[in-house]
Amino acid sequence: MAKGRFGIYGGQYIPETLMNEIIHLEECYEFYKNDPEFNAELDKLLKEYAGRPSLLYYAEKMTKDLGGAKVYLKREDLNHTGSHKINNVLGQVLMAKKMGKTRVIAETGAGQHGVATATAAALLDMECEIFMGKEDTDRQALNVYRMELLGAKVHPVTSGTQTLKDAVNETMREWVNRVSDTHYVLGSVMGPHPFPTIVRDFQSVISKEAKEQILEYEGKLPAAVFACVGGGSNAMGMFYNFIEDKDVRLIGCEAAGHGIDTDKHAATIAKGEHGIFHGMKSYFCQDEYGQIAPVYSISAGLDYPGIGPEHAWLHDTGRAEYYPVTDKEAVDAFEYLARTEGIICAIESAHAVAYARKVVPTLSKEDNVIICLSGRGDKDVAAIARYRGREIHE
Amino acid sequence: MSRIANAFQDKKAFIGFLTAGDPSMEKTEEFILEMEKAGADLIEIGIPFSDPIAEGVVIQEANIRALSAGATTDKVFAMVERVREKTQIPLVFLTYLNPVFHYGYEKFFSRCEEAGIDGIIIPDMPYEEKGELEPTARAHGVDVISLIAPTSEQRIGEIASQGSGFLYIVSSMGVTGMRSKITTDLDAILAAVKKASDVPAAVGFGINTPEQAAKIGQIADGVIVGSAIVKIIEKYGAEAGPHLYEYVHAMKGALKS
Repeated sequence: MAKGRFGIYGGQYIPETLMNEIIHLEECYEFYKNDPEFNAELDKLLKEYAGRPSLLYYAEKMTKDLGGAKVYLKREDLNHTGSHKINNVLGQVLMAKKMGKTRVIAETGAGQHGVATATAAALLDMECEIFMGKEDTDRQALNVYRMELLGAKVHPVTSGTQTLKDAVNETMREWVNRVSDTHYVLGSVMGPHPFPTIVRDFQSVISKEAKEQILEYEGKLPAAVFACVGGGSNAMGMFYNFIEDKDVRLIGCEAAGHGIDTDKHAATIAKGEHGIFHGMKSYFCQDEYGQIAPVYSISAGLDYPGIGPEHAWLHDTGRAEYYPVTDKEAVDAFEYLARTEGIICAIESAHAVAYARKVVPTLSKEDNVIICLSGRGDKDVAAIARYRGREIHE
Repeated sequence: MSRIANAFQDKKAFIGFLTAGDPSMEKTEEFILEMEKAGADLIEIGIPFSDPIAEGVVIQEANIRALSAGATTDKVFAMVERVREKTQIPLVFLTYLNPVFHYGYEKFFSRCEEAGIDGIIIPDMPYEEKGELEPTARAHGVDVISLIAPTSEQRIGEIASQGSGFLYIVSSMGVTGMRSKITTDLDAILAAVKKASDVPAAVGFGINTPEQAAKIGQIADGVIVGSAIVKIIEKYGAEAGPHLYEYVHAMKGALKS
């Protein structure tokens, strides 16, 4: 495969102004990923600051209720800042600091990546600015204030659909404007090479730990692993170390919003077509002229019209499977997990729980599965209440 | 000699940009002819895109206006065909890669050839990625115009030496939009460009006054003006014609002096 490509996907489709920076970033990453000093520092941060390894929790009540394979939850929601995003952010911000950068910028959808970036910036003494769609700053107001508490400046993005896609546009514009002292902490396995690889590598700690843990608990590999997919970072992290284990099904759960037969969804694999956008060739929701489609999901973190290039490739090769999950199914699963296991997970992660509820009963009791709980759900409580017709004033 | 080469023949070229379909295709057609009459040597026609990541607010909003008014790639081609019946001014598309890719490279460039398009500028396609469409573009007589940025440094030689049509020298960091001052060392960049290539080099991003045009005309083969023109269209809408004439006439005048 060509450098920075996953099959035909990936590439570096970005303005010339950024090319030297991207080439430099790739060189730096190639150096630091093999640098014992960098890795020791990152491991220390992951262990002592982020709280890794994260638990692999046996969900006994859920297992009993579903009556199929044993269900394990990979508890990324218990990480510091409440999601898997911290894994990537600590790696990137530490690297940016070593590269001599003094400022980091990032896009955010639900606010999880923004909060994680602001956190790492506070810890590592970096200036931090976050770009967030105006609509998302409204539906995730708590996270906006969290980022501000952490010392970050939050820019509400008013262009386009005012969601994650537009936040990425605006962060790229800002990076082109000021690249010399600034690193763009991309939050998902997307964008131009080397970002999809960097983010995947930093997130692959999820499946590295999960594989060791499940072998310890069960003495066998899982029949399937489940993760929600927007850009696809927690899914790539959950899949990566299982790709070589051909009997482990890799299942990605996309946001189907009101349903894939409506125009209100963000199901890129189900409904998207080949395209080139945000630095990469992949699948995108778009119209007949290649205009990027406005997408929708109850989950701000999955409300994105594209998917990381490695997922596109895993899909095409049949190694991973992707299924759409509606708002309704996700909200039901959100409530189900809360009542059954006493865990309030992020509405993003609830998409994975929802699909697992369908698959687990069809599997043997001898088998086990792992669901990646990518984040915690505190941020979503008010929105879920609203979905159920109840107004909560925070 | 190609129409593009002709635009730079024994003169400093004034290159004007507008977004197709803002406020309508009929008006875009009229504005192109108006700018030609005022002395423009080459016209860049923006095919609107939903997410123009290299554009500042002025051109972003023009993209939204055009798309909201129903602009499509097919309608842009039809408009270009009508313009081409009336003038031989070089016409160059500026758009993002996805509309071209999604249309299909072969189909897109064969339509360009039929309609009389001379070149294409794609801000989200750097030198390394142009291989996937350049042979197709070339087969249909369309020059792929490369951009060179203030950060290009050691890349300038290679990009310039492979250039076709003209080279688009990005004057400043950041996105398109009017700037009161251009601080990049354009002399050094243009010297590196000229060392590597005989392809004409035009400077764009931020230029909006006759003084800036005159100054850059001293060192470059042409100036590219986008946001200032789009701003006039934003302000006057369907009535922008005479205002565009006046503006382009003044800018071209500054390049002659």
